[in-house]
Amino acid sequence: MIISIASGKGGTGKTTVAANLALSLQDSGLVKDFNMLDCDVEEPNLHLFLDPGEVTETEITTFVPVIDQEKCTGCRKCVDICRFSALTFVRDTVLVFPALCHSCGGCQLVCEFGAIGDDSRKIGVVESGMVNGHAIHSGRIRIGEAMSPPLIKAVRRHEKEAALTLIDAPPGTSCPVIAAMRGADFVLLVTEPTPFGLHDLQLAVEAVKVLDIPAGLVINRADLGDSTVQEYAESEGLEILMQIPFDRSFAEAYSRGESIVNVSPEWREKFQGLYTRIAEIVEAKA
Amino acid sequence: MIREIVVISGKGGTGKTSIAAAFASLMENGVLCDADVDAANLHLLLKPKVLESHPFMGGGIAEIRNEDCVACGVCLEVCKFDAISEDYHVDPIGCEGCGVCVDMCPQEAIDFPTQQCGEWFHSETRFGPMIHAGLGIAEENSGKLVSLVRQQGRDLAEAEGRNLLLTDGPPGVGCPVIAAVGGASALVIVVEPTVSGLHDMQRVAQLGQHFGVPGLVAVNKFDLNVEMTEKIEAWAVEQSLGLVGRIPFDSSFVKAMVAAENIIEFAPESDAAKAVREIWKKVMASKALNNMGIADLR
Repeated sequence: MIISIASGKGGTGKTTVAANLALSLQDSGLVKDFNMLDCDVEEPNLHLFLDPGEVTETEITTFVPVIDQEKCTGCRKCVDICRFSALTFVRDTVLVFPALCHSCGGCQLVCEFGAIGDDSRKIGVVESGMVNGHAIHSGRIRIGEAMSPPLIKAVRRHEKEAALTLIDAPPGTSCPVIAAMRGADFVLLVTEPTPFGLHDLQLAVEAVKVLDIPAGLVINRADLGDSTVQEYAESEGLEILMQIPFDRSFAEAYSRGESIVNVSPEWREKFQGLYTRIAEIVEAKA
Repeated sequence: MIREIVVISGKGGTGKTSIAAAFASLMENGVLCDADVDAANLHLLLKPKVLESHPFMGGGIAEIRNEDCVACGVCLEVCKFDAISEDYHVDPIGCEGCGVCVDMCPQEAIDFPTQQCGEWFHSETRFGPMIHAGLGIAEENSGKLVSLVRQQGRDLAEAEGRNLLLTDGPPGVGCPVIAAVGGASALVIVVEPTVSGLHDMQRVAQLGQHFGVPGLVAVNKFDLNVEMTEKIEAWAVEQSLGLVGRIPFDSSFVKAMVAAENIIEFAPESDAAKAVREIWKKVMASKALNNMGIADLR
């Protein structure tokens, strides 16, 4: 089973929920084995709360073309097929702009002279480590790199390695979020009961509908703000699976890299209950 | 010369938009831009009156005309994004828009219609004109839309003789942030004093350095962890980033949001509002915004 934890708005508590869920599931007997994937590759944070210790880094690259000027006849076919302006023709020479390349391979396909070879661009790394016997894989995009989906896909290659995978998704609703939610069995949405939280939750719910994945809601800092998120969830038939009150001790623990279950062990059972309910919903759907 | 301040954070939810909305109260003769096109929020506080709306056109998406398709398999073979199913239908979410299948199809049975993937707006707010946008759900090209919003903001400022752009940026360090940062006069980096706030601020500060844009650091909710606040400020100084102030944790920010006001309007005498005013003064007087050090330079 794959649970993707997403939110629309940033800073609502995605990573908090992912970390607490992981800490509550270990040694619980509820799942045989699980792993954790940090797909918020622009700003991966999960490792800060779970401390994987020593990590191994795997460099992730993507194809970009390189032109063999000896073989190039200047026919421009490669320049014409590229929809991303990654190739241009300047003074009888094809120039490559690697940062704009989407690695579609169209230029190689149309070149009749074998003048386009393989080069690569580094997108980022996947850092892999262990937390109490459970694997964690975090994507980390190279600063200055714009395209995160190929790196998110690389992180997600690890999801078949355990019976349960928890994915920490990036904020927003565009392509990186979709890359982190597609193919999941359940999307756990985390929001805060504020106008910003509500607005972005509505966008996230639309994205989940496009992908046709069952979803449920965690409301964080549930007593700050107003009741519009609760009302919206009811009108949408979105089940509220957990409400976490604002507690300054939780916020301070978070600031130090600690989790709720560290400062308030009774929350361990609540997070276990959250997992059990998700498993029921997923099973009912299957 | 038009100067541009972009408010960013790396980590989401540190208070970027609440602070940008408060800056809007303090700004004189400027134009507001919301560059968080993926999950825009500034309009919720500023309640803009939309004067004009325009479609935002992205690239094409492949569409197979099944009546002309002979199931030869070429498109399946050339698609690097696994976006075409065995029964020759294109998954619009998986399609990258590279058009390689369109060009390689021997039957010319694949269309490539341009998609509208969002909208952008020219609006009026109680603090001045605003350019904002909405990207469609699950759409690509957020970077292009961010660039468009900033360019429209700049054009509007020029046309109306305004000399400042105040831009609310997106979270992260990826495509839309890259599009929001390049060419700005200064970044105001809003950080919260947490391990993740520090980690994410370091990455976005590096991005600013990568593009040669000076960064000014403001710590929000600083009293949640004073030790971490000091650590963040020490790192910022080490990296030659400017320090522009600290804002205390104040639940008035949430109450103001519920009332659709900014903190300066909602709680003008609060310590938080005073801190934001001080920060704005320091930003405007910073070298990044006027290298002669004259705060009131027009």
